[in-house]
Amino acid sequence: MTEPLLTGTGLGMIRGERVLFRDVSLEARMHDTVILRGANGAGKTTLLRILAGLTRPESGAVTRSAPHHWVSHREGLKPHETPHEHLSLWAKAWGATANVDGILKFMGLSRPADVPARHLSAGQRRRTALARLLLQPRSIWLLDEPFTALDAEGRELVLSLIEDHCREGGCVVAAIHGEAGFGAANEVTL
Amino acid sequence: MSAQPIFAAFRQALAEAWAGGAGALLPLGFFAGTAVLVPLGIGTDPATLRAVGPGILWVALALSSLVTLERIFQADTEDGALDLWLQTEAPPSAIAAAKTLAHFLTAGLPLALLSPLLALMFQAQASTGLLVNAAYYAVGGLAFYFWGGVGAALSATVRRGGLLISLIALPLYVPTAIFGAMAMTDAPGSQNAPLLLAASALFALAVAPFAMAAALRLAAD
Repeated sequence: MTEPLLTGTGLGMIRGERVLFRDVSLEARMHDTVILRGANGAGKTTLLRILAGLTRPESGAVTRSAPHHWVSHREGLKPHETPHEHLSLWAKAWGATANVDGILKFMGLSRPADVPARHLSAGQRRRTALARLLLQPRSIWLLDEPFTALDAEGRELVLSLIEDHCREGGCVVAAIHGEAGFGAANEVTL
Repeated sequence: MSAQPIFAAFRQALAEAWAGGAGALLPLGFFAGTAVLVPLGIGTDPATLRAVGPGILWVALALSSLVTLERIFQADTEDGALDLWLQTEAPPSAIAAAKTLAHFLTAGLPLALLSPLLALMFQAQASTGLLVNAAYYAVGGLAFYFWGGVGAALSATVRRGGLLISLIALPLYVPTAIFGAMAMTDAPGSQNAPLLLAASALFALAVAPFAMAAALRLAAD
């Protein structure tokens, strides 16, 4: 049995005067996919933010034994940034030597590569954010609704990314509505 | 710990300021507008204008800095870039300092560079003293933008947080404004004012990044 890449134990969160969730535990090892389920407002995004270390949980603890990627519904694109600029910037910030043009091509972003983000469609913005996953190999992927705004082809693309990533020894924790499309090792319902 | 994210944040903030276009010119217009309007308001007596000019420019500089500060962290919170910056290997304080410095260079430094021209409108004698004063405005502006950055970070999640920024930042501006205005007079005790002005800027540079980092972590929480 391998060591878990990501462990959350006894996580609880309070927002306002409401208990969002309590005593949630999960772990993701190599090759694992964990899917977070729950109605709108159940706290899936909050749980992911806790796992990423962005939000401090009210109770419980998170340990990550590897670097992680974070893609959420707020893509992190600036209105003036083109997909090419965005990926180049983060490649530099992370000290990654990635072939940005190759990644853009792979993500189907060759055509809008030089279009400022404010003129991109929601799907193209989402593809740009997901393209960051390929800039640098990191074992843990934290994805918040990765399929939102994607067309059928984009969905297939992301599914294959997730499958390849898990096959190569990574793990994915994703909040997903509806059908996941891939075999999940574990489902956590909030 | 790595310096690359810090440079990347600096470059992104610079690119954002240029792309903002008119946004970067807004404080400049505000600053110049004050210099044009004040003589209309208090009369054109050269002696009066010469006496109040440097002080008016300090006030205008302080207020102009508040015009655009609202944008620097609020946009990052809304578009998710803040989450990404907080997850880099660089300390958030360094990221915040880099962004604030970029904002100062694009929005604040031009004001200091314009100040000799505006001083002439206040009937100041054209002399090298005006360039020295421009340097004082630049040093004081640096302090203003870093304190203002603390206000901006604290109100990053507040819509229309401009008022909040002003309330938080203006009291912190006081020492810099006092020493800055003193440095430009012949009042007794003013010979040390430039050093005190520089000290107030250094204090801002040393303390503000950590306050901004704490506020930004809270904004992401």
